[in-house]
Amino acid sequence: MAETTHTEFSPNTAPEGEVTDLGDLDEKARLGAPSGAAASASIDGFTEEGERLSAQNTGSEQFGLKKHSHGNATVIPEASRGERRRSFDLADYPTLTGLEEDWRFTPLKRLRGLHTDALTGASPAVAVTGAGKVTVETVGRDDARLGTAATPEDRVSAAAWNAFTEATVITIPKETAADGEVMVSVTGSAMEAAAQQILINAEAFSKAVVVLDHSGSATLAQNVEIIVGDGAELTVVSVQEWNDDAVHVSSQQAKVGRDARYKHVVVSLGGDLVRLTPSSIFTATGAEVEMYGLYFADAGQHLEQRLLVDHAVPNCKSRVTYKGALQGQDAHTVWVGDVLIRKAAEGTDTYETNRNLILTDGARSDSVPNLEIETGLIEGAGHASATGRFDDEHLFYLMARGIPEKAARRLVVRGFLNEVIQQIKVPALEERLSESVERELAAGNL
Amino acid sequence: MSTLEIKDLHVSIDTEQGNIPILKGVTLTINTGETHAIMGPNGSGKSTLASTIAGHPRYKVDSGSITLDGEDVLSMSVDERARAGLFLAMQYPVEVPGVTMTNFLRTAKTALDGEAPSLRHWTKDVKTAMAQLRIDADFAQRNVNEGFSGGEKKRVEILQLELFRPKFAILDETDSGLDVDALKVVSEGVNREHSKGEMGTLLITHYTRILRYIKPDFVHVFVAGRIAEEGGPELADRLEEEGYDRFTAQSAVEA
Ligand SMILES: Nc1ncnc2c1ncn2[C@@H]1O[C@H](COP(=O)(O)OP(=O)(O)O)[C@@H](O)[C@H]1O
Ligand SMILES: [Mg+2]
Repeated sequence: MAETTHTEFSPNTAPEGEVTDLGDLDEKARLGAPSGAAASASIDGFTEEGERLSAQNTGSEQFGLKKHSHGNATVIPEASRGERRRSFDLADYPTLTGLEEDWRFTPLKRLRGLHTDALTGASPAVAVTGAGKVTVETVGRDDARLGTAATPEDRVSAAAWNAFTEATVITIPKETAADGEVMVSVTGSAMEAAAQQILINAEAFSKAVVVLDHSGSATLAQNVEIIVGDGAELTVVSVQEWNDDAVHVSSQQAKVGRDARYKHVVVSLGGDLVRLTPSSIFTATGAEVEMYGLYFADAGQHLEQRLLVDHAVPNCKSRVTYKGALQGQDAHTVWVGDVLIRKAAEGTDTYETNRNLILTDGARSDSVPNLEIETGLIEGAGHASATGRFDDEHLFYLMARGIPEKAARRLVVRGFLNEVIQQIKVPALEERLSESVERELAAGNL
Repeated sequence: MSTLEIKDLHVSIDTEQGNIPILKGVTLTINTGETHAIMGPNGSGKSTLASTIAGHPRYKVDSGSITLDGEDVLSMSVDERARAGLFLAMQYPVEVPGVTMTNFLRTAKTALDGEAPSLRHWTKDVKTAMAQLRIDADFAQRNVNEGFSGGEKKRVEILQLELFRPKFAILDETDSGLDVDALKVVSEGVNREHSKGEMGTLLITHYTRILRYIKPDFVHVFVAGRIAEEGGPELADRLEEEGYDRFTAQSAVEA
């Protein structure tokens, strides 16, 4: 695969003197990581903000390699990912221009007003099934539990917080294992900009799989707050199989307690613009987080995911694996993976990886791993990012072994994405998503 | 017994500088059980011949024919040619993202045979063939050619040759880039398959050293898109001593 960046740190095996050098290394990792891969010169039509900033990315890459000791403000406005503004107050967020670090790849014009309008539309219907032993409530804005797990980190999230009228609260009671998976169907049927708030609270030592299954048509700003209690084991799967016209911006923040196990899986297939910002914030030691993602962008689709893993406490482990496939003119995917290892987070073990597979000309994939390390006393920290193209030579190779063209393309995509689907561990859902991927392939005439 | 017949083949490629003729009338017949060596200097068109037989879309056949037991190969798609029994071991095998060797080999075998191989036998066959070619068992779980060294890629080409059992194998400079040990291992693989008596081999090479391990029945010297001279194994010995100079000089005079 082309466009590979790979960095690995194992400071524990390095002599004391080298540990202090990590300051430089992590700066490089953070600044030097951006890699945008355009499938071909035919990307001219790509006129969104991202393009302008891609040029800046190139600059920052060079700065990184030149060992600038600290962030260059004109290149990366944030001194540290950890210092990003968090606020419930919409007034704290200036109007978006698209030049903000966290909006630079998003085509604001296609947000259908989520970043500018009052979000007064009817929010998509929520129906919860398979909720044995799980409590499902619809509550008002004043419910004291809301806003305890997550504070908005961007303008759209804050707008959603201020606009929702009622919220869904799903509680897995303490020391309870939910029967089967909890299916939360979120079904849109209107295009007016709307807000939605969902709280998933996995109490101490509980165990559950919760699937957020998004479909239909909507223009939705959504906050999903997630509490993973001490010793709890929670999987949250967010499936985006929206209609072609849907716009979905979703903040999915999890607070992860002591010795907890949290798995978050993103599957983005349908929708005009889907922008997810999943984060995992460790609040106590001994916890493990796995974050997986699978996205498949067709012509014109913008699928974006921006992750944060915040190692704020010692001895936690995180693994991030996102894989994306792209086909068709102006298919665009964005993956930004921020991993923050704060000063206190000694003994952290983290690795994040993003792989993209470009199947046709005219598609564009941006991949930016950012690793910030504020302590040298860690188990390990690394990231990898690669964007490869499936081209005529690959096709020729497979066909020269007797495999027909369509089967060859499917073989490649299926193999590539299967790694993530396998992680869901809900057989019925895995099967459904495999079929969805097949349909995507068929739709792309592959 | 099968016959692969190439008659007066003219092939060109389209480049930014326009259409460039590369093969200028190649005629060659290979039968099951025969090994033909095609030897020639770099740029003489050896890979063009190999890729044209396999059906690479870059190469345009302007005239002439290729038939396999009388069937028109040129009208077949790339995968149809493979299923008809043609196998090209590529000079530069590509890395295929997203597909493990295991999955690839099984999918190809199923496509070639028209039915899935019996799992028990297949797994054993793959293991045995890999061991014989000194390919690490863990390669099975890696993506096709991804991160393989040049020598490893060539071994994996021969692994496929042994597992797919084609009627005709075209080996495009399988020897280049191999050290002596790897060259032996790879040659043994080809010989193992050839000795079963059900395959014809077209061995394309720039150097003579592979001919110490794989004995050709016929040698064709390829210069400037044509066969300049043909003979038995003794022609290879002459080339080893004299090099290609005599032929390239001769073709310059003719041109
Ligand atoms: N894709 C291509 N673009 C331009 N020239 C090519 C291309 N492929 C082959 N050629 C030219 O065709 C001629 C024969 O090439 P090739 O068949 O690879 O020779 P060989 O395998 O004998 O070294 C050379 O002059 C080479 O430069
Ligand atoms: Mg060649």
